[in-house]
Parts: sequence; C-alpha cells; structure tokens
Amino acid sequence: MKSITGRFGIFGGQYVPETVMNALIELEKEFNAAIQDEDFMQEYRYYLREYAGRPTPLYFAQNLTEKLSGAKVYLKREDLNHTGAHKINNVLGQILLAKRMGKKRVIAETGAGQHGVATATGAAMFGMQCEIFMGKEDVRRQALNVFRMRLLGAKVHSVESGTGTLKDAVNEAIRDWVTRIEDTFYVMGSVVGPHPYPTIVREFQKVIGEEARAQILEKEGRLPDYVIACVGGGSNAMGIFHPFYHDKQVKLIGVEAAGLGLETGKHAATMAKGSVGVLHGMKTLLLQDSEGQVMPVHSISAGLDYPGVGPEHAYYKEIGRAEYVAVTDREAVEAFVELSRTEGIIPALESAHAVAYALKLVPQLPKDKIVIVNLSGRGDKDVETVASLPEVEV
Amino acid sequence: MNMMDLTMNRIDMVFNDLREKGSKALITYITAGDPNLGATADLIIEMEKAGADIIELGIPYSDPLADGPVIQRASARALNNGIKIADIMNMVRSVRQATQIPLIYLVYYNSVFKYGIDRFVKEAHDVGIDGIIIPDLPLEERGEVFDITKQYGIHLIPLVAPTSHQRIPKIVENAGGFVYCVSTTGVTGERDEIQTNIKDYMEEVSRYTDMPKAIGFGISNPDMASQLKDYCDGIIIGSAIVSLIEKAASRDEMLDSVYRFIRGVKRVL
Ligand SMILES: Cc1ncc(COP(=O)(O)O)c(C=O)c1O
Repeated sequence: MKSITGRFGIFGGQYVPETVMNALIELEKEFNAAIQDEDFMQEYRYYLREYAGRPTPLYFAQNLTEKLSGAKVYLKREDLNHTGAHKINNVLGQILLAKRMGKKRVIAETGAGQHGVATATGAAMFGMQCEIFMGKEDVRRQALNVFRMRLLGAKVHSVESGTGTLKDAVNEAIRDWVTRIEDTFYVMGSVVGPHPYPTIVREFQKVIGEEARAQILEKEGRLPDYVIACVGGGSNAMGIFHPFYHDKQVKLIGVEAAGLGLETGKHAATMAKGSVGVLHGMKTLLLQDSEGQVMPVHSISAGLDYPGVGPEHAYYKEIGRAEYVAVTDREAVEAFVELSRTEGIIPALESAHAVAYALKLVPQLPKDKIVIVNLSGRGDKDVETVASLPEVEV
Repeated sequence: MNMMDLTMNRIDMVFNDLREKGSKALITYITAGDPNLGATADLIIEMEKAGADIIELGIPYSDPLADGPVIQRASARALNNGIKIADIMNMVRSVRQATQIPLIYLVYYNSVFKYGIDRFVKEAHDVGIDGIIIPDLPLEERGEVFDITKQYGIHLIPLVAPTSHQRIPKIVENAGGFVYCVSTTGVTGERDEIQTNIKDYMEEVSRYTDMPKAIGFGISNPDMASQLKDYCDGIIIGSAIVSLIEKAASRDEMLDSVYRFIRGVKRVL
C-alpha cells in the first residue's frame, strides 16, 4: 500500500510532540533517498546475506503435514536468522540509515527482547552507542535476552511505569528520543509509531515475503493458499504479507494473542476487541476504555503483549485483505511443544501463536492446499517460561 | 453561536492587561484529580490568590509521553481515583462560579478523539474552559480540532520547540491565545538549567508572530523565571508545583506550599 501522506486509509499519521517533527521529516527524506540509492540497498543486502544469513529456508514440514493430514505446511525459517528472529532484517536497514544520517547513538524499545538484541547486535557491529528500553515485567520473563543485550554492550533500562511491558517501553523510548533528538536515532522495532516508521519497518521486513514468494513458486510452481503469521506490532506479519498483497487468491491470516481467553479481558487481541484510537504517534486499532485510556493487556508472549497494532494491519483488516484471529496462551504453549516434538524446531512463543492457528486450520483443508507459516523466531528465550508451567512435562 | 462567544477570550484579556502593566504572565499547571478533584478545585482558587494568571489543568492519561516522572505519577494517582472526563468538566463548571481566571485543558489527543472532538470542545466551552493544549497533536494533524475550537471560541494553543525552525510560521498561522514555547528538547520535569539559547530561539519565534509567547518545560524556581522573563510574555510552571502537591502530608500543607511557591515566582515577574 503506497501512502504519500503516511496514511493507510484513516490509519497512521504523526501524533507526536512538535519537538520530534523535524526529525521525522528528515528521517522520511533520508529513507526515501536511501531506498532509491543502489549503493545503500547493496550494502543492506550484503549484510542480510553475509551477516544475518539470508535467505532463510522455506522448509517443508513433512512430519507436521503428515500428522495433520490436511494441507501441505511450509515454515518460513526466520528463526534461523542471526540473533534468532526476523527483527534483525529491520535493524540492519535502520542501523545503516542511522549511519548514513551520521547518528552515533541508537535507542530501541523491546518486548520479548529480540528487537533489543538485534539492535544491540547492529550497534556493536557498527560501533554505535546503544540503549534499550524494556518493561520491568519483560526484563523478568525474558532474562536471557537481557543478558545478551548487556553482553553486546548495550545499556538496558528497566521501565517501571504503567504496566511495565512493551507499551511502556515504547513510551519511554519516545521520551528519550524527544530529549536527545539531535544525536539519537530511534530504531523502531515493529510496523508501529508515527509515519514514516510503519513504512520503513515494512520495507525492511518485506524481504521475508519476497523470498517466501519466490521459494514457493520454485518448490511448488504456484502461490500458497494461506500465509499465517503472528501479530504483535505486526512486523513479521507485514513483512511476509506485503509481497502477496496483489495476489488476491492468497489468504493472509494474522494471529493475535488471546491470552487467557477473549472473554476474560486478559488478552492482547487488538483486532478482535480494539477500537480506533491514537497511541505511540499513530492512529490505529487500540485496546482502550470509553475514555481512551489504554487498557492493560496480557499475553504469555512478551512480543505480542501490546495494546495496539501497526496501522497498515488495521487497514488490511478494514479493506478485508487480511483476516485476523486470536489463539490463547494455552494453545500457543501446546503448539510450542508440538512443533518441538514433531519437527525438532523450538519456536518463539510469539511464533507459536501462528503455529497454533495452523494446527487448527490445516486439518480442515484438502491435501492439495498449501499453507506457509512464518516462524518469526526461535524459542530459546522462552524455554524457562514454558518449563515453569505446571501443564508442561519436560 | 451565543453572545458569550463574541466576547473576548479570557486568555486574551489577561495578556492585554499584563502588557499594559508591563508584567509577565504566570501560567501554572496541575493535574486534575491529583490527589482528588476537591483538591484541584481548591488549588485553582489558591493559585489564583497567590498570583497565577492562567491555569492549565492536565487531564490524566494512561500514556502521557510528553511528560516526565513527576507528572506521570500525578496522572497515575488521578486515574487510580477513577477520575473521568465528565467529573473534570463538572468540577470546572462549579469552580467557574467562583473565578474568572483563564483555564486551559492540557490533554492528550486520544482522550479528545475517543470522547468525540466536537463533544469534548463543546463541553469544555460550556463549562468555561478558554484554551486547549494537545501536546501530541502537531500542525499536520490538528486541522479538525483547530476548526472546531475556533467555532467555540476556544484557543488551541500552538506549541513550538527549539527544533521547529522553518515550521514556526505555519504553526502560529491563525492561532490564538499564546505560543507555548517549549524551552528545551525533552519531556516535562524540573531542571537545574536550560541549555537552549533562549534569546535566539525567542527572537526566531518573534519574527513570525506578535502573539504573546510563554516559555515552559523545566522551569523550577524564581531564579530561572527571572532569567527567562525578559524574552517572553509568560512563564509556565508545572512539575515544580505537582511535586509540592505530591510531597504534602495534608491538604493544608499542600495549599500552603503551593501558595508560597507561586508567590515567590510571581514576585519576580
Ligand atoms: C520472535 C518474535 N516474533 C514476533 C514478534 C512480534 O512482533 P511483530 O508483530 O512486530 O513481528 C516478536 C517481538 O518481540 C518476536 O520476538
């Protein structure tokens, strides 16, 4: 979806303090110049290939396909990227942009810690100072990633305000950015925030879908029937969806976190239960009360524990280009275990949400259908969380 | 439109008066409902007595991203009390019986948007609000709110920052009330000093507008106010006052400390 004004239908925009407006305007200008600049794009592709390890495989999950006895299941293996998730694709693009703009200090928010780790990694490689904002709740439940970030030389701020999760980490990162606007580049971790961030992040993540599209054409000689991805802010999903936008026969399904269940109020299913509002600089769908106070959300997965969603997803939903569903914590944990046992692949709890929906959908489909599941990250960071659950026997 | 709308906005009257007297406006901020709405009503009256010329009332919000820790905590205290916008409107309506001091809402955009822009502005007008400041609504997004506030004779106070430069003429165009000049990059909160070259900054703003200009963010004491006052028409103080409210052990102590603080600042203006 091209958008000159930074809008996707009614969604998007720039609801930020005046202090950062010129920085956003400059960012947009630099970004537009960079992606037209063949040297820049070559450097970006060089690092994707040589450093992140792209292209990632589109793996035919034969065991799972046989077990589910429905459609053929392929996994887009973003978990095999350096640092263990799709987040590095976007970080390499934004770090190169920061370098091009002469910024020496980068900051980022992080939920699961994957974006924080990716940013700390990029900063280490390019010799930049790096500070990461992470909700105190997430610092606790993603301790492995906190250690990784510190090892990589980043400073990790534990954010105590609000609910101590991803939303508050974004608030705090924006506050830091407003304060150090002159020397700091904010590496946004998902397709959220004020324009031009949702577009920037999508452009640096769409490599997932471009590869997957070419790979499935090569393996199967045709496009898939379904593409399934989990949705927190929505970057791995938009990354794989966007290149299929014009292939109307391909159904795009985003999977949100239903937490303890949609009816309990303890979930993060923005698409299912949200209404139009403004948060983190964007107009989008939001979990909020009747006065616009943002509501506490819940998911077992820190990366999906977010009350908003990228504006382009809100738009995809509105125009019916993608469908959004939600799976519970319990279903995600079952899928986490299932994929580990059947395919020998331990998925991130975020990605396990996409797998969980596939486990429900695939058996209902005829054998000649093809489903691609975006496996956005690996599950090492979640092993402790899952092992501590009474219902899981390890 | 009724007759009320044709009379002069209270904010304009205050700046006209002060200009004649050759003195500067003291604009004070408190968060509505912190620690409770009764206290807010008392504080409005007390601050006016102490010499405040204009009062900003913050509408508590779950995600105040332009605010530092002091005002964040004030917002959280008010929300924990279950304060709703309707309660704040009612409080203002009743305080309006007792004072003609200009009152301004400081409100995040989502509160206005979700409440309904027209409904919010209309009710604000009806209860006696004179201006609205929306810290996360830049020029590019303000169109609809701007038009509606104009209809009701409320000023949508424009904000400029030290980073605004070429944007200033557009920001102040057709605006009313005063220009809120953010003193420095960053969020609200007390500071020991302000790094910005205020003289150059205020000269730049003045090149584009004759509107009154008030400086806010980080001003914590009479010394700082007196250093800044020659460059502007008003000084805005928030966190320093909210901090006193937070520290006070009783209602009397709160009113007394706020009163003395404001007296001290007003004296140098
Ligand atoms: C592995 C993984 N998948 C998904 C997400 C969710 O983010 P997004 O929706 O932007 O892809 C995260 C975020 O932390 C993540 O670490």
